[in-house]
Amino acid sequence: MSFRFSDFKAGVTVGWPMFLAYVPIAMLWGTLAAAKGFSPLEALFMSGLVYAGASQFVAIEMWVDPLPIVLMIFTIFIVNVRHMLYAASISRHINGIDRRWHPFLMYILTDEAWALLERQALTQPLTLGYYLGVALPLWPTWFISSAIGAFLGHALPDPALIGLDFAFAAMFIAILAGFWKGPRTGAVVIISAVVAVIAKTYFSGAWYIVLGGLAGVAVAALTYKEAAE
Amino acid sequence: MTVHLTTLLAIIGMGLATYASRISGLMLMRGVVVKGRLKAALDAVPPAVLMAVITPTVFMTGKAEALAAVATALAAFFRLPLLVTILVGVVSVVVFRMVLH
Repeated sequence: MSFRFSDFKAGVTVGWPMFLAYVPIAMLWGTLAAAKGFSPLEALFMSGLVYAGASQFVAIEMWVDPLPIVLMIFTIFIVNVRHMLYAASISRHINGIDRRWHPFLMYILTDEAWALLERQALTQPLTLGYYLGVALPLWPTWFISSAIGAFLGHALPDPALIGLDFAFAAMFIAILAGFWKGPRTGAVVIISAVVAVIAKTYFSGAWYIVLGGLAGVAVAALTYKEAAE
Repeated sequence: MTVHLTTLLAIIGMGLATYASRISGLMLMRGVVVKGRLKAALDAVPPAVLMAVITPTVFMTGKAEALAAVATALAAFFRLPLLVTILVGVVSVVVFRMVLH
């Protein structure tokens, strides 16, 4: 399937509120990076290359002299392990897209892009244009806003003041509602939430996402019955 | 506009680690026939992971966030457009924080 501009526009139409939400969060990250000695160019590199918000905040938190590079890279990988689940799940919906695009499509698969794409995939297969329309503009939005944040430094207000820190949670709640398919989904999300609370209490980092997610997936696998197909 | 070598190396290392997490899920699924129990498990990835992602914000942050989550869920339940639902969440969290703090 080739690129269609109308698909791209449809993707942008769905994704643009997230562009807005990325700006203040990326700028906040940029100010924190600047406080640890990052130049705007370094902030631009990091946001462009790593391009994973949660892990970037963790990395900046760990940024001391001398850099614990090995520990940082390991920690970043752990924080990002959830992407394996995203990629495994989304891989089923991109069969219609030329495989040469797949490595790049994985590169721009953030939490928010993934959630929006899964929502679309509920009703129809993903096209190249739609995928890029949702996911691609978020990337320059993120790294350019990071550099601006690093350039401006502490002159910026906290996004929490206008509730923008809640924008991502609100979007995830909205998309979660679309996956409701009756009591089975109820069991999945309840176990996921319970395990996430326990994991969040006892482990640092993003383990709660991985463990909660896997627990919910395990419930679905265990309650699966042949006849239910 | 400076770039330090150690900073650059650290960034490249972190970039590779992140990309590895993203591409490995795709590679794991190469050639796998998805049906039956595996399909049920993969179908559960979005609701299970989304629930886990929002759990600390909704259940472990404070009353304002929990109530705003309820308001957002109600908006989603009534099938309001995505942007409107997000706005309900953002506005209600600001209001609840002002009222409750």
